[in-house]
This record gives sequence, structure tokens and C-alpha cells, in this order.
Amino acid sequence: MKLRRFGGLILIAGMAGLGLLLPGWSRFLLTLALARGLLVLGVALLMQAGLVSFGQGLFFAAGAYAVGFAARDLGIRDAGLGVALGAGAGLGIAALTGPLLARYRGIFFAMLTLAFSMILYGILVKAYRITGGTDGLRIPPPTFLGWSLPEEHLGSGLYLFTLACTAVMVFLIFRYLRSPLGYTVRAIRDNEVRVEYLGLSVSRALYITVLLVGAMGGLGGALSAMSVGHVDPNLAYWTTSGEFVFVALLGGTGNVFAPLAGSIVFEFLRTYAYKYIPYTWQMGLGLVMLAIVGFAPGGLWSLYELIARRMSGWTWSWKRGV
Amino acid sequence: MCPSRWLRSGVILAFLMGACAPAATPTPTPPLAPPTPTAAAPAPSPTPAPAGPTPTAAPPTPTPAVPGAPAALKIGIVTFLSGPAASPFGVPARNAAEVLIENLNAGKAPKPYDQKGIGGVPIRAIYIDEAGGAEKQVAEFRRLVLEEKVDLVIGYISSADCLAVAPVAEELKTLTVLFDCGTNQIFEERDYRYVFRTHAHQVIENVGAARYILRMKPNLRSIAGINQNYAWGQDSWAAFRDSIRKLKPDVQVVGEHFPKLYAGEYSTELSALLAARPEVVHSSFWGGDLEAFVIQAAPRGFFQQTMAILTTGDTILPRLGRDVPKGIVIAARGPHGALAPKTPLNDWFVKIYKDRYVVRPVYPSYHIAQAILGVKAAYEKAIAANGGKWPTVDQVIAAFEHLEFETPSGTIRMALGKGHQAVEPVVLGITGDFDPATGEVKLTDVVEFPAECVNPPDGMKTPDWIAQGFPGAKCP
Amino acid sequence: METALIILTDGLVYASWLFLISAGLTLIYGVLRILNLAHGSLYALGAYAAASVVLLYFDRGLWPMGSYLALLGAALLVGAVAGPLIERGLLQWIYGRDPVYQLLATYALFLILEDLMKLVWGVNPYYAYKPYGLLGIIRLGGIPYPGYSFLLLGVALLAGGSLCFFIRGTRIGRLVVAMIHDPEISAAMGVNVPRVSLLTFTLGAVLAALGGAFTAPMISVVPGLSVEVIVLAFAVVVIGGLGSLEGSAVGALLVGLVRSLMVHRIPELELFAIYLVMAMVLLLRPRGLFGMEEVRRV
Repeated sequence: MKLRRFGGLILIAGMAGLGLLLPGWSRFLLTLALARGLLVLGVALLMQAGLVSFGQGLFFAAGAYAVGFAARDLGIRDAGLGVALGAGAGLGIAALTGPLLARYRGIFFAMLTLAFSMILYGILVKAYRITGGTDGLRIPPPTFLGWSLPEEHLGSGLYLFTLACTAVMVFLIFRYLRSPLGYTVRAIRDNEVRVEYLGLSVSRALYITVLLVGAMGGLGGALSAMSVGHVDPNLAYWTTSGEFVFVALLGGTGNVFAPLAGSIVFEFLRTYAYKYIPYTWQMGLGLVMLAIVGFAPGGLWSLYELIARRMSGWTWSWKRGV
Repeated sequence: MCPSRWLRSGVILAFLMGACAPAATPTPTPPLAPPTPTAAAPAPSPTPAPAGPTPTAAPPTPTPAVPGAPAALKIGIVTFLSGPAASPFGVPARNAAEVLIENLNAGKAPKPYDQKGIGGVPIRAIYIDEAGGAEKQVAEFRRLVLEEKVDLVIGYISSADCLAVAPVAEELKTLTVLFDCGTNQIFEERDYRYVFRTHAHQVIENVGAARYILRMKPNLRSIAGINQNYAWGQDSWAAFRDSIRKLKPDVQVVGEHFPKLYAGEYSTELSALLAARPEVVHSSFWGGDLEAFVIQAAPRGFFQQTMAILTTGDTILPRLGRDVPKGIVIAARGPHGALAPKTPLNDWFVKIYKDRYVVRPVYPSYHIAQAILGVKAAYEKAIAANGGKWPTVDQVIAAFEHLEFETPSGTIRMALGKGHQAVEPVVLGITGDFDPATGEVKLTDVVEFPAECVNPPDGMKTPDWIAQGFPGAKCP
Repeated sequence: METALIILTDGLVYASWLFLISAGLTLIYGVLRILNLAHGSLYALGAYAAASVVLLYFDRGLWPMGSYLALLGAALLVGAVAGPLIERGLLQWIYGRDPVYQLLATYALFLILEDLMKLVWGVNPYYAYKPYGLLGIIRLGGIPYPGYSFLLLGVALLAGGSLCFFIRGTRIGRLVVAMIHDPEISAAMGVNVPRVSLLTFTLGAVLAALGGAFTAPMISVVPGLSVEVIVLAFAVVVIGGLGSLEGSAVGALLVGLVRSLMVHRIPELELFAIYLVMAMVLLLRPRGLFGMEEVRRV
């Protein structure tokens, strides 16, 4: 049982090592994948409640622009402060829209989230004197507690920072899923009326989930912004949100790690699609999606679990001498 | 089960290693084959037809002419190959790059570009799609530099991509030439060492348009604008409107429309403009939006009632052919396309483009020609200054700064942004009768405004320059 | 100063365009309970097909007014071919599954169709504007309107009217309504559900293609048309109520008039108009103006 507790730490150490060994641009992709993975995790969480969010771009853009404004207007470049502001912005927007969102289900929830994210997009484009419009805002390289890393190490530094933030969030979500609130949310998906009859408040549970998803989304947006160095309204467009939903289904929603793994696979998949089939990468992606819907609806993670279970079964039976 | 947790971590790590391993080894990317359109629709109206696949690798030269030179100069070229910007800009640019590089590698260009390749070294181009947004492009730029190991990058049509990529170019210390984006902000907001832009930004066609309009209509009373709702449209309109207001303060603005990018349906905005009756309407529409606008406006007599100024209008002349209405003011973002100067270099460029692609080149093709020829001129100047040896990046930068070089668009001077930003004159004309020889309408009342008239002085921001009444401008 | 007549006319013209592009979507959702994200691609397919047909048509030098029938023919062709192919080839496997997977499957279809159209027609624009200028000018409120705008209005009314008649007046139409209300009981009562589904999807595809075909003469047909249309169609359908044709019509009218008002009076807000209306309707009447009450199954 001791190994189980350390399993998570070993994984983090492994990822850290991997990131430092990889060539610069792969590490950059991995950083982005982890940051975006937080938003995919948000989609997966809401899916546990039976809700599909087509507006993750809302929180993504909120967090990213929070860092942008902080850098431009307040001169704040500290990474820790930046992500706190990003998470705060996501949380704020979730707090505002949450009461409304928690009242809807199914297609209407999806449509409302889409509408909100497109409204933010419209504001970001229109108020271009403040937001920079479609030209966007530049994010200067972040500092860590006052330290400014030399250029060669900035990429690694950001990667480790992103990994740390992601790990913390994953741990939080892990605890959340095992808390009464987490179970309530999953119960809502099964049978909402019975949850209410049990005396639990459905809308409160959903609202808190939306808050969590919003904060996480803002955090992811902030991390992404700091790595890329540029934010623009495209982050709030519905195709960005659609991508997050796709990745959630690609990775699977059964496990905390699944969305992150899915995000990493997707980033690299897309890069190689651009490289080898630049003219028909959309079709390639579409075919992959159909394959998943048809053959692996639980996402890649379900495939992996299938393999892991088989392998563990063999080791167990091997150990028993069968 | 304890083993399964190990298994889990192990499989994840192994998977990631597997995914990343191919990334660690550089792989040669084959040049992209242009799409071959099927003959599904015979087109009596002129449709540019991209040609078959062409290799960009030059015929092998046994030893490079210049000591210290690489076997080939790898250039990453980033332009839109998918999405709505591909057809009006990205593909014409890619086509021009392909045919120009092929001719340069064969040594077939006229003087002073007759040396093979760049300094005798063949050019090898790697084409990347600019689609996917600024985030994706930043990642692709890093991949181009770190994995494909290109020597320099020429690219970027979208202003957001230019603004996002420029700081990364500085970070990775890679020579980058922006070839088409219109925002004036690049060198006005900060200085760059490794980034150059070989064409003038949007100020020239909008300030030029203002001066041209006032020349044609000295008693102008009212203007209106219909521009796409994003930075390009907003900045273009602001530059035009503020210039008109500065030059003739009593002009009224009777309509400012900003339909969504790619909206495609403008009947309501047209009604509003027809009802408001401005004397002049300004539009920086491009691509499908521009064509839809002209198609929808023409039957309603819009262009008889109002003088429209289309700052990227050159692109519709070969496409809409005889259906381009009369009386529209056309700009080509500079001396390009139908408004290019009559020089042997331009004639040669138009000929090689038309021989391969049937239609004539439009301004994005000229822009990329400027970038490629500018790079060639800078490298060859640096080689000469270095005693005939292959130069370092710093030496190329030193040669490129404040460089003046010849292109099909005339002489380009890198005069702004401390020698990193080009200035060009702007040329405008009015559409007239159809000319069966060229397949396009003729342009009359062609006026050229020299570069000193329509570009701000070095160190001054464009909005300030306009607000202060164009200090330092020398206009005819 | 623009009169109310101009604002009204513009609103109606835009509304008729919106109705044409959204009627198919709401029909498919109402009957098949699938939100067809590939709806925009069917629209684009209709536009490309119409452009090709019109070019062929004028090449032959046939009677110009007949080009409108050619547009109709192109739409019918696309619907009749693509509809059954998609329904039998993809949709029949995902009925009754988790709505998320249905969404994903239609999204995948959209991506695939995008690139297919690029492969077949290339990236260059197609022009089919000859039919646009054939109907002359009509002056209303002091400004000229192209006759084509009123043709569009006519086509929308005709399409809406035919659908109404089909649903209310024919036997199959009433079977479709039965399926909208309860597919299970309909099947139990002997309705041939697979056949009705096939028919409905084909009809929806024809409507989508019709929208594209009649828009083609107003624009230059380039890749990327689908994306813009999907969002607009969704908004209209959500406002009107998923599955309700009257809702679609009223939603289109509402958005058209609001947008027209904004363009003429407060152009700065034009970008937000449709999303604000959508958010408003969702706040006050979440199932849409004419949407059906969804019974919560316990």
C-alpha cells in the first residue's frame, strides 16, 4: 500500500525528468498540453454530472487575459501571482454565470455556455482599445518570486511550474471526487430527482462544481498565456471550446489522469497532422473521432485500462504460479 | 493492486517517450503539393488555378561557391494554406515563392539577382500552414527553428501571428522576415534585432486613400466606412477617418459599420449606407467578404451613388474581370498588381508567375517576392562585406538594416524601425472600361504618393503622426 | 434618415435567409434528437453544388430565368445524395446513444466534409452571381433593393409553407409529428421508424442545401462557409425552440429584426445582437419560444 501513495510522486518526478530531457519545442508542446489539460479536466468533471460544456473558452480567455492585463497595466510579472489572478478571474466569471448555468441541463446547458463564451469573444474583439482586439496582448516572460530566469532556462522553468500547478490541481480534483460533493455530482447524472429527495441540493452541488471548473480553467489559461507569450480573443471562440470537448472524449472521462493524457496525445497528434497531412488534417482528426466513438467510447484511457487490467491479471496469475 | 500502479506510471512514461522520440530526430519535410482542382466546374470567369507539384530543392551544386556556406539555405515559409485566407493571400504567396525560388536557384533572375540561389547556395523552402491561431503558430515557429533547423523564417499574414511570433524570434535568435501582416504596431511598440518587415504597413493605403479622395473630391462633405470587425478593419478605418478629418476637418462621418469577419451577407449594411448617402465609402474588406460585398452592392447601384475606396481591391480585378463596376477607387496596398511599376524586373516576375499559374500575381505575391529578394540582397551584401565568406547572422542583420533593394514593386527602403521596417509608396486608381487584352478593367487617374508622403518618420507612432497633422510628410 | 420601412424590409430579408439556414437543423433535432453539427457543411455543399450547376447552366446558354430552377435542382441533388448516405452510413449507428457521442460523431462528420469539399473543389472561389442580377431593382423606402432579396423571401415562405403542409396535411407528416413526440410509442404503434428517420434527415439535408444554393449567387463560395453558418443556425434554433418549425421562423424573424435595428441605429452592438437575444430567451424561457416541455424521466 505504501507504493500506492508514492505512485503519484513517482509520476510527477518522472514527468519532470522527461520534460527536462526533451528537446525544447517538444517540452513547449508538453507545457501547453498540461495547461490545456486543466480545461479538459474541467470538461470531464462537468461530464460526470451529465453536462457538456461548450464554453470552456470563457474561463480559458478569462485567465489568459487576467495575466495580460496584470502585466500591461499593473506591471505584475510574477508567475505565482499571475496564476492566482488567472484562477481568480476564472472563479469570478464562474461565480457570476454559475447560478444561471446550474439551472440548465443537456443541450441547453451546452448552448448557454457557448453563448457566454461567444459574448466574451465579442467584447474582447469590440473593446479593442482596452483589450487590444484581435491583435491581442503580449505577455512578457514571467519571473519567479522576483527571480528572472535566463532565456535558455525559461522554457524548463515554465514547464516545471506548469507541472507543479497541474499536479496540485489534479490532487485537489482527486480529493474532490472522493468527497461527498463529488459523489453527489455523479449521482446527479444518474438520477437528479432522487438526489433531491435525499435532501441534497442539486443546484448548490452543481454551482460549486462550476466554480471549481472555472477556477481551474482560469489557472490553465494563465499558464498557457505565460508560455505562449501572447493572448488573443480566439481563446474564447467556440472552436477552441469544441477542441476541449473533443480532447475530453479522446482521453476518456473515467479517471483524473485521462484528460491530461488525452491532452498530451492530442497536442502531438495535431502537430504531426500539420506536418504530414497539412492539407487534410481536419479530415484526419474527424476520422480519429469517429473511430473513438465507434470503438472506444470511454476514450483512450478505457483502452489503456483494458490493457493494464489484462497485464495485471497476468502478473497476478503468474505470481500465483498459475 | 500495487503492481498496477507501477504499471500505470510506466505505461504513461513509455507512451510519452514513444510520442516524443520521433520529435527529437529532425525529419526532412517534403514540399507540399498544391491542391489539384478537378474539372468539376469549367469556369468562364477567371479562377486562378494552382499548378502541379514543384520541387523546391535546386539541382545539386557540387560545392558551395562561398567558403563556410551550408549545402542549402533552409527557409521556413509560413502562410495560410487552409481557411478563408488561403485563396486570396496564402496560396498566391506560396505560388509566388515557389516559382521565384525555383528561378533563383537556377540563376534565371535578371540582374542584380542573377547569382544562383543566395550567394551560390541553393534555397530550400519548407512550407507551413499558418492556420490554427497564434498559440499554434508560436509552437510551429519553435518547431521550425528547433526541429527542422531552418536558417530563417519568412512568413505571417495575420497580424496576431506576427505580434505573437516576433518576440519568440528574438528569444530563439532566428532571422525572421514578416512579409504581409498589416499592423503598424510591430516596430512602433518595441525594437527588434532579428525581425524585419519588407513591406509597408496599413498606414500607406489608408493615408494615401485619404489624400487621393481629397484630390478627386476637393469639396468632400461626407464619408462612411464598412470594415471587418477586427484589428485590421478597425485600424484601417481609424487611419483613413482620422486622416480625412485632419486634412479637411468639416467632413462628416455618416456611418461606421463593422460586420463580423466572414459574415458574407451585407444586405442590411448596404441598405444603411444607401440611405445615409455618403459621398465616399471606405472599406478594407478582403477575400470572400470583399467579393460578396461587391457582388451584392453592384446591382443596387451602390457604386453609381457613392465613390467606394477598396484598399485591397487589386485582388478582385483578375477574379471578377469584366464584372467589376466602374468608378471604384482601387488600391493594392502599395505599388503591386495592376498598379505595379513598369520595370524589366516586374515584367519578368509577372511572366514567370503567369506562365506557371495562368493568372497574374496579386499583392501578396509581390509581398513575398519583396521578402525573398530582400533576404537575398542582404545575404549577398553581407558576403561581399565579409570578404567573400559566408556571413554570421549578425552580419546579415547589419547588412539588412537600412538596406535599399530592387523588387518587382520598385525600390524598397528599410527606413523605419531602426532599419527593420520597409517603406513603400502607394498607388491608387479608379476602375474604368474593360480591356479584353488583359481580361481586367483598366485603371484611370492613377496617382502615386511617394513613401515620404504616406509613411510616418522613424520613431513616431502612426496614430500620433496622423493626429499631429503628418509632420515631416513630403507630398506632391 | 432611414424609415421604419427600410428597417423592416432588411429585417425580413435577413430573417428569410436565417430561416432557410436553420429550418433543416430544427427538423432533424425534433425528429431524430440529434444536433447535427454537420448542418453547416451540408449548407456549404449546397452552395458549391449550386455554383457548379449555375456555371454549367450558363455555359450552355439556356434561358436565364431558369437558373433559379437550376439552383433548386442542385439543392435537391445534394440532399437526395448526401442525406441517405449520411443517415444510413453514420447516424443509424448512433441513435439512442449518449448525446455527447452523437455530437462528437456529427462534429467529426463536419471536419471530414470540410476537407472533402476542399479536395473536390479546391481552395479557389466559385462565382455564381449571374442569377443575382437578373431580377432588377425594386425601390422601397427611397433605396434600391435587388429583386433577388425578395426571391429569397419568397423561397423561405414557400419552404416554410410546404413544410407546414407536409407536416399537417400528409400522412407521413403526421407520422413525423408522432415521432417527434415519442419515438418509442410510435414504433410500438407500427410506425416504420427507420424509414421515417431516413426521410426526415433527407428533408433536413435538402433544406440545408437549399439555403446554401440560394445564398451562392450573393457570395463568393470559398472554404470556411460552414463554420459561420453553424453558429447562426444554432442560435436561431435555440431561440425558437429545438424541434419547432414555427419557432425557427419566429426566431429568425426576431433575430433579423433586432439585428436590422442595431445595424441601422446602433452599429456598435451589431456583433452581439444574436447572442444577446439567445441569452435573453434562454434566461426567460429556457426551452425556446415554441419549444416543447421536456418531461423529466425519473
